[in-house]
Amino acid sequence: MISWRWIPFVAAALVLAPVGVIFSSVLAPASEIWQHLVETTLISLLLNTFWLVLGVIVGTALLGISLAWFTAVYEFPGRRFFSWALLLPMAIPAYVTAFVVLGLFDFTGPIQTTLRAWLDSDLSWFPDIRGRMGVIIVMTLAFYPYVYLLARNAFLSQGKRSLEVAQSLGFSRKQGFFKVVLPMARPWIAGGIMLVSMETLADFGTVAVFNYNTFTTAIYKAWFSMFSLHAASQLASLLIIIVFIVIVLEQQFRSRMRYAEAKRSARVQRIQLAGWHNWVVTGFVISVLFFAFFLPVAQLCYWALQSFVQDYDVGRYLEFLWHSLTLSGLAALLICLVVIAMVYALRRYPDSATRYAVRTATIGYALPGTVLAIGVYVPLVWLDGQLSELALHWFQIETGPLIQGTLAIMLIAYLIRFMAVSHYPIDSAMQRVTHSVDEAAMSLGVHGWAMIRTVHIPILKPGIFTAATLVFVDVMKEMPITLMTRPFGWDTLAVRIYEMTSEGQWEQAALPAVTLILAGLIPIYLFMRQTEI
Amino acid sequence: MVSPNLSRFLIVVPLLFSLFIIHPVHANEVVVYSARIEQLIKPMFDAFTQETGIKVKYTTDNEGALLARLEAEGKNTPADMLITADVGNLWAAAQKGLLKPVKSEALEGNIPAYLRDPDNAWFGLSIRARTLVYNTKKVKPEELSTYENLADPKWKKRLCLRTSKKVYNQSLVAMMIAEHGVAETEKIVKGWVANLATDPLSDDTRALEFVAAGKCDVTLVNTYYFGRLMKQDPNLPLAIFWPNQDSSGVHVNISGAGVTRYARNEQAAIKLLEFLSSAKAQNLFADVNMEYPVNPKIAADPFVATWGDFKQNSMNLVKAGELQTTAVKLMDRAGYR
Repeated sequence: MISWRWIPFVAAALVLAPVGVIFSSVLAPASEIWQHLVETTLISLLLNTFWLVLGVIVGTALLGISLAWFTAVYEFPGRRFFSWALLLPMAIPAYVTAFVVLGLFDFTGPIQTTLRAWLDSDLSWFPDIRGRMGVIIVMTLAFYPYVYLLARNAFLSQGKRSLEVAQSLGFSRKQGFFKVVLPMARPWIAGGIMLVSMETLADFGTVAVFNYNTFTTAIYKAWFSMFSLHAASQLASLLIIIVFIVIVLEQQFRSRMRYAEAKRSARVQRIQLAGWHNWVVTGFVISVLFFAFFLPVAQLCYWALQSFVQDYDVGRYLEFLWHSLTLSGLAALLICLVVIAMVYALRRYPDSATRYAVRTATIGYALPGTVLAIGVYVPLVWLDGQLSELALHWFQIETGPLIQGTLAIMLIAYLIRFMAVSHYPIDSAMQRVTHSVDEAAMSLGVHGWAMIRTVHIPILKPGIFTAATLVFVDVMKEMPITLMTRPFGWDTLAVRIYEMTSEGQWEQAALPAVTLILAGLIPIYLFMRQTEI
Repeated sequence: MVSPNLSRFLIVVPLLFSLFIIHPVHANEVVVYSARIEQLIKPMFDAFTQETGIKVKYTTDNEGALLARLEAEGKNTPADMLITADVGNLWAAAQKGLLKPVKSEALEGNIPAYLRDPDNAWFGLSIRARTLVYNTKKVKPEELSTYENLADPKWKKRLCLRTSKKVYNQSLVAMMIAEHGVAETEKIVKGWVANLATDPLSDDTRALEFVAAGKCDVTLVNTYYFGRLMKQDPNLPLAIFWPNQDSSGVHVNISGAGVTRYARNEQAAIKLLEFLSSAKAQNLFADVNMEYPVNPKIAADPFVATWGDFKQNSMNLVKAGELQTTAVKLMDRAGYR
């Protein structure tokens, strides 16, 4: 019998291997570079990182929850369109939004230039877009879909009815939202916020465009500029410890609650917004979409048209596109399967060891991309070397490296990085498959695989689709792992973007970026088709 | 109990994986890890293949990742050659023992001594000159003189700099440390920081745009960024100034390469390296990115030549690597972000 039981532990071990690589050098005595960091930049790095994460959490929570609530419960002009269009910003990598926003609003951008000409002033009052606020706004615009998607999932399945119950108990609509609906949606919202904070901690591209120093930039600097793997590991370890603390806190907060919500009502009767409320909501949604999606895409299209002639090679672009789609598809499939297995294991054996194994498996998402890529690569390549040695020693077969340079190594690395992304939606969905559901099914003679297929899957489906969409789009945008582990010739759209941006040729990066965004719309579209809006 | 579907899954997935296991090892092929991006290196590879029939297989990534990758792969690495876009990382690769010294008369003949490793582990292939660019409406060239002079209070609120996280600035400061020592250099860098008109910028092109738009008057950039921008818009009020002509000379960095320690195809790799320093490839280096050829016999691109001749800093670039960590720490202390 193969037990589900061990899957979370295997997954956790996979994630711990790179973490172990990082921690291993911490045990060495403190380096002189660490001393230097403590004396110079460490405090400001900590503060910078703290304010950034906090700001992005507040921003994405406000945007994500309000947008999810409006589109899940109310009826207003364009609601159908907006409810899926609000996912679109997911397809744009955050550093691309960052570059476009800076390009438009910074000192040299068209807005300030025009204003300076009109007002004949030096615009010293104009807010410094390259400051902390700028980074927070850009990341909020880029990351709010995580919260939106998960919160909406919760509101759609229970929001309206909970609200009705609350109202029947004499609460006003507003009270009902804050006292009943919001608390009930907590695991979903918390999941979305966890993803956002991990992504913010791990981000390198966006903060680099703003030259905003965080923990991640410090890790890169220690490693790649001061050639001190040791100091980099110390910083990374500190980061991991912080993430662990957050995970434990969230776990505590969550374990006190139980959620029993059987199935979603067939058709939600929406509350029709009237009069000016209509236009306030529509206007709000439009402005979010405008800044988070249409503006960056319009700017990119403009640049893409300019560079189109020089760079466009249909054959190569189809190849990039094909590689991006294949990799993202395979990764989404693999990651969702592993996470489903993990979540089932936890359901069968809900002890705290399993629980922590599952949570450990999700920390890969919080590690800066290149650090994780190297952390994953080192043990895998070592293992590979051992395997081929064994083959040579025992069977006298010259195998050469077995997995190095194959897609397998990429997929394992993606798995380690992105388990969190599919964990939160699937785990939240699993909360709805209560034991009474199982009992009811069993009393009708439905067991085992049949029960999973006919009873569980329909309940889990929205969660699984959410997870698959998020992973697909995230993998497509991913750079460091893709760059490091891709087999020869497996260039993707993200690789192309890297090539252009690494030389500062942002206009040239627009064409692959637009293609990437269009490709990202495919899973979002499929997702829309599968889950009723 | 394993349900049939589960066991089917357990069989199919590993099978799927094994499908991807392919290991073509061609004798007549050089494998390159390149931190120089595809567009800036493929033309040279194509020319090499055309001339010798040897294929070049390459993958691109940033320097740090490539170094870590080479280190992790050890003797199993497929790479025969490492190419970087700066000297610091070549030096680091040599320090970690990732490169193999190459003795070649062709390389010694084509590349001046200060642009290659004294121990022959790496070789410069193109020169990236880091110089001053000023706003022609606001600065007279006579006001400019040296890198060091930018620390003078007369440049208060007139200087723009790219972030100290970029290796080009780290190399520049490292070479200044080699010349002036730590204390003196720290004073200069602090002076720069005090003169900044705005927070350090994320790339050279940005810095140039800020000078053109009048936010600041002068900045420090690699010449090819200036070239690209001027080709796009020749009317920008920007001009190049060659600093330190009466002293150390203009700071130059290199894009360069070395043969990896565990190269399987060492001879072909050396051949490629020699080819890259030859007239044909050097002309391509000059053309594709407006960099300066390392080979003194080859002329710069005609557009680049209009910026005039200049004296280069001819201290061996190995110093830029040796002192990079010291430079980064110094810039941290000076508050240069």
